[in-house]
Amino acid sequence: MKTTVNQPTNHSHSRHWASDIYDVFKAQDIGIVSYVPDAGHSKLINLCESDPEIRAVTLTTEEEGVALAAGAYLGGKRAALLMQSSGVGNCINMLSLVRTCSFPFLTLITMRGEWGEFNPWQVPMGQGTPAALAAMDVLVERVAEAREVRGTVLAATKLAFNSYRGVAVLLSQQLIGAKQFLE
Amino acid sequence: MQKAPLILNRRTVVRELLRERGDLLLVAGLGTAAWDITAAGDHALNFPLWGAMGGAAVLGLGLALAQPSRKVLVITGDGEMLMGIGSLATIAAQRPHNLRVVVLDNERYGETGRQRTHTASGTDLAAVARACGFPQVRTIRAKHEIEGLRSDVQQIDDLLLAVVKVAVADDPLALPPRDGTYLKNRIRGAILGPDSILR
Repeated sequence: MKTTVNQPTNHSHSRHWASDIYDVFKAQDIGIVSYVPDAGHSKLINLCESDPEIRAVTLTTEEEGVALAAGAYLGGKRAALLMQSSGVGNCINMLSLVRTCSFPFLTLITMRGEWGEFNPWQVPMGQGTPAALAAMDVLVERVAEAREVRGTVLAATKLAFNSYRGVAVLLSQQLIGAKQFLE
Repeated sequence: MQKAPLILNRRTVVRELLRERGDLLLVAGLGTAAWDITAAGDHALNFPLWGAMGGAAVLGLGLALAQPSRKVLVITGDGEMLMGIGSLATIAAQRPHNLRVVVLDNERYGETGRQRTHTASGTDLAAVARACGFPQVRTIRAKHEIEGLRSDVQQIDDLLLAVVKVAVADDPLALPPRDGTYLKNRIRGAILGPDSILR
């Protein structure tokens, strides 16, 4: 069984969108990037891990990244959490911390269980992701076009840190490319 | 095997650990641990949790990474630590030299009717931490060991987890402020200065 990820071909953008996110992290002083990895985030994770000014933190479960970001903010550092949509459910109760304490919180979520999905087990949480985030008062932005990634992530970062809110950017499976198992 | 009796009083342990605390940053897990640190004296450098179960230690990790020149102490209970047991692996992988986690282990969920936790059935959180890669691990059962732990909390330049086996107690409630935004701004102001709140 092959588990490669097909790259999207429908954008005229010369750079990969992951580099755009990385640029926003640098410009917005994101010093800690935590993640449960997803294939869609692998390029961004590599960029962060090879940057000595960014602390990359691998998590055992996504909710750790919520508490980690809160602790970092208490100490004056900005963090971002990277995950796949399947991790959103793991975060729900921990997002109480963000809401109750008005913590700025930024998460970038690569979507599964939608556009071209092969694996039926990904569909319930993928389809439930926007509602689960909204239920915990996290603001949700979605991006499906590579050329919109930079602006959307920059706006989400400003919104989170300037208005003390949880903000999630959903990176559509259309943007990432559906994971290919069989062809 | 006969289990050793749990004799240490948790309030005494916490009061001793926090004696002459200096600029120690303190996070407490929800429930009795938060009441314990408050009974020792509420403090601007305290961040007591009223929720976020399982998140205390890894919240401490975030604080320790953001403030590498300060010592960060997390005091939590065995039930709270068990819920965040994976975070011990996350923390050990980062190995922050300025973080110390103290688990007050009474083998019970204290706030909900004293139901047994897995530590009552043999789970050894100190052994778990050691297996995750914590370089400094202690298990404390006797009063004369507390001063050594206090000294480690203040001075050691390495990641530490200590399990302190404590008696099931019936201490009076000592409630910290519960407005989360206030608690957040209070400790940020104390660490980063008042401008950090206004910006």
